[in-house]
Amino acid sequence: MSLVRVTDLTVDFGGLRAVDGLSFTLRPGAALALVGESGSGKSTVASALLGLHRDTGARVGGAIEVAGVDVQRAGEEELRGLRGGRAAMVFQDPLSSLDPYYAIGDQIAEVYRVHHRASRRAARARAVEVLDRVGIPDAPRRSRSRPHEFSGGMRQRALIAMALACRPDLLIADEPTTALDVTVQAQILDLLHTLREETGTGLLLVTHDVGVAAESVDEVLVMRHGRVVEHGPVADVLGSPAEPYTRALLAAVPRVEAARAPSGERGEVVLEATGLRREFGRGKGAFAAVDDVSLTVRRGETLGIVGESGSGKTTLGRMLVGLLEPTAGEVRYDGRARAGVRPDVQMVFQDPVSSLNPRRTVGESVADPLRARGERDERLIRARVGELLERVGLERAHQDRYPHEFSGGQRQRVGIARALAAEPRVIVCDEPVSALDVTTQAQVVALLGELQRELGLALVFVAHDLAVVRQVSDRVAVMRGGRIVESGPADQVYDAPRDPYTRRLLAAVPSLDPAVAATRRTARRELTEV
Amino acid sequence: MTGFGGFLLRRAVGTVITLLAISVIVYVVFYVTPGNVAQITCGPRCSPAQVHQVAEQLHLGDPLYARYGDFLQGLFTGHDYSTGTSVEHCEAPCLGLSYQTDQQVTALILTKLPVSLSLVLGAMVLWLLLGVGTGVLSAWRRGRLSERVLTAVTLAGTATPVFVIGLVLMIVVCGELRLLPFPQYVALTDDPEQWAWNLLLPWLSLALIEAATFARLTRAAMLETLAEDHIRTFRAYGVGERAVIGRHALRGAFAPVIALNANNVGSAVGGAVLTETLFGLPGIGQELVHAVKVVDLPVVVGMVLVIGFFVVLANAVADVLYAVADRRVVLA
Repeated sequence: MSLVRVTDLTVDFGGLRAVDGLSFTLRPGAALALVGESGSGKSTVASALLGLHRDTGARVGGAIEVAGVDVQRAGEEELRGLRGGRAAMVFQDPLSSLDPYYAIGDQIAEVYRVHHRASRRAARARAVEVLDRVGIPDAPRRSRSRPHEFSGGMRQRALIAMALACRPDLLIADEPTTALDVTVQAQILDLLHTLREETGTGLLLVTHDVGVAAESVDEVLVMRHGRVVEHGPVADVLGSPAEPYTRALLAAVPRVEAARAPSGERGEVVLEATGLRREFGRGKGAFAAVDDVSLTVRRGETLGIVGESGSGKTTLGRMLVGLLEPTAGEVRYDGRARAGVRPDVQMVFQDPVSSLNPRRTVGESVADPLRARGERDERLIRARVGELLERVGLERAHQDRYPHEFSGGQRQRVGIARALAAEPRVIVCDEPVSALDVTTQAQVVALLGELQRELGLALVFVAHDLAVVRQVSDRVAVMRGGRIVESGPADQVYDAPRDPYTRRLLAAVPSLDPAVAATRRTARRELTEV
Repeated sequence: MTGFGGFLLRRAVGTVITLLAISVIVYVVFYVTPGNVAQITCGPRCSPAQVHQVAEQLHLGDPLYARYGDFLQGLFTGHDYSTGTSVEHCEAPCLGLSYQTDQQVTALILTKLPVSLSLVLGAMVLWLLLGVGTGVLSAWRRGRLSERVLTAVTLAGTATPVFVIGLVLMIVVCGELRLLPFPQYVALTDDPEQWAWNLLLPWLSLALIEAATFARLTRAAMLETLAEDHIRTFRAYGVGERAVIGRHALRGAFAPVIALNANNVGSAVGGAVLTETLFGLPGIGQELVHAVKVVDLPVVVGMVLVIGFFVVLANAVADVLYAVADRRVVLA
């Protein structure tokens, strides 16, 4: 008797086939990860298990059986009993997955009362119980808070608590840690692990992150274009992948253990910051987002700045470019103090979707720095824009297209072309690849390295992903609470971290090797207990 | 509680400044408006001497700042007016005397205000019930025939002028069916039942127009909320469609409805001229239009200030409701 049995599942949205002939089973208490890049159809499968595509216009074919319910044929009542009662979904992006207007405890109690005849009081008590179980401190009081009063990690815990409320047989977790910092991610994964050990709940984990899967499941199913690429025990699939796509996917995943290939020549110092400080707010609400940060960047080298959310890394990046004026300290460029933005120092932004104007062609966006410099000859501008697009791996003719016609990776290439248009000597990249799939991520990172070698660019690479930062950086600075807690050559920081915070960060990085993941989990337990 | 007290204080100070600014603007506008105010006030058959006398009496020859100073003084300390034969004391807050009737503007407003408030507040209850109700219904039945019919009806409602709806209502209900007598204003304090019966048609015609806007706004806000992730959460946990719509989606429509309502209530106090005229209700709007026509400056200033006060008040109430409804909002 299987907990989940999916046979020949197909899901069509209009003319688009999102899932194509997928079959798998899950034993009670077992854990399976659906791994794939964006658009692979993995989240669609998760929704289909709960019959969430009903009345949405999607056509679902094949057979789905979850906890004894035939999801395709079940009536409305039976389906509602399954949802949350026997199979519960832990959603991604915790801020928007809870109703902003109601107390978290009340929302959990509401779900509980859908499935159990219970008084409001009893349901509320159950909500407090599960919140306490997932590690919300002072649960009786905090259950009266609204979602915005919780941190990201606590909201994710609350969503897990909601899933636990009705003691389901199956947890479906859709990217449960994607929005979280690496240390918080580790806590959430450890929590899911412990809960499974205690309650014997089955787990279906949907994730784009192979490392997260390695940490959490027994079996992996790799998906691409709605189909199964490879399916098997986690150690086999990740350890000795049989399919070329799986191999390519694994090769693209940046490893925190791997040192960077030695980069080109380093030249003179181009950018130097001393005693940078930036405050936000006034009076009692004032706080320093960046506090006494000094750094230098040389020609041809990459400085990685790594830190969790709120560490001040983006604020620092903006000050380096001149988008923000420092409250104290100064930024020197070529040895001279500098105020405001200048063409020699450019920025590549995190979100390639929102950092390009959707109503202008990408050619117009890339031409902006040229026009800003006073170039008026349209023929010359077109030629130069074409050149730049080719330089970043796009085509000359692409300049007349609009941003929505490009994929995420291509849009980021456009962003890089725009930064190059000003002929900068320094480029500050703020999370340039965190919105991209791993294979695309690897391509963009490679492009940046290539440009650096060719043009002798100095790069400042700001990111939260420790592995990516190691992959690109010559030197690394670790930020926490607005300060640099540790800095030095990348290999030294990663292989022999001196600061306890750096050590904790590194211990939290998910490993691709399930055996290593288990050891790290134990190590984390010890680190938190100390 | 200091937060709320501080909010009230800041709002009160802000209101006073806003109202003073409005009064300055009205004074300046009327000062620079061409036309012989004394001639208009005195009437077409006045001799030049009489016109001159009126101008003297109304201090029309005084410079702008002196007249405005007089107005301010009256507002805060009261004012004595000589009407030629006797001296009349006008207590603070004195808005002056009407050029036309020599009546005290404060007293005039106090007779008109209950009519306007009766009309607007009653209509508000109706337009909220009708509008939000229709909005919820069409969000719930989205894509189906009943929703399309509702959308068409509300669109027609927005497009129909109030005098058409009002006239049709009067002809049908009072003329043909004789269900109600033709409306005539009865004060609430005189006879509550007659007050309500007589105001029913004015309420309806004003509410039908406004309800259409609210229906569309509610529908749009609810559909937007229904597309949000937390709605998906509750559906995935087996929460029924009724609770999803009534508890979670409706809550999202609350804020925009409050904001729009504040605006509409505020402006309808002085702006429901057509409804007032059509049904013969002696309210602020009608009086204001008349006063503008005859350049009766004290009446215009007084009325505009009262309307301004209600707009500001309605918005302050909206801000408080907004903060109560959504804890993320901090009153400032």
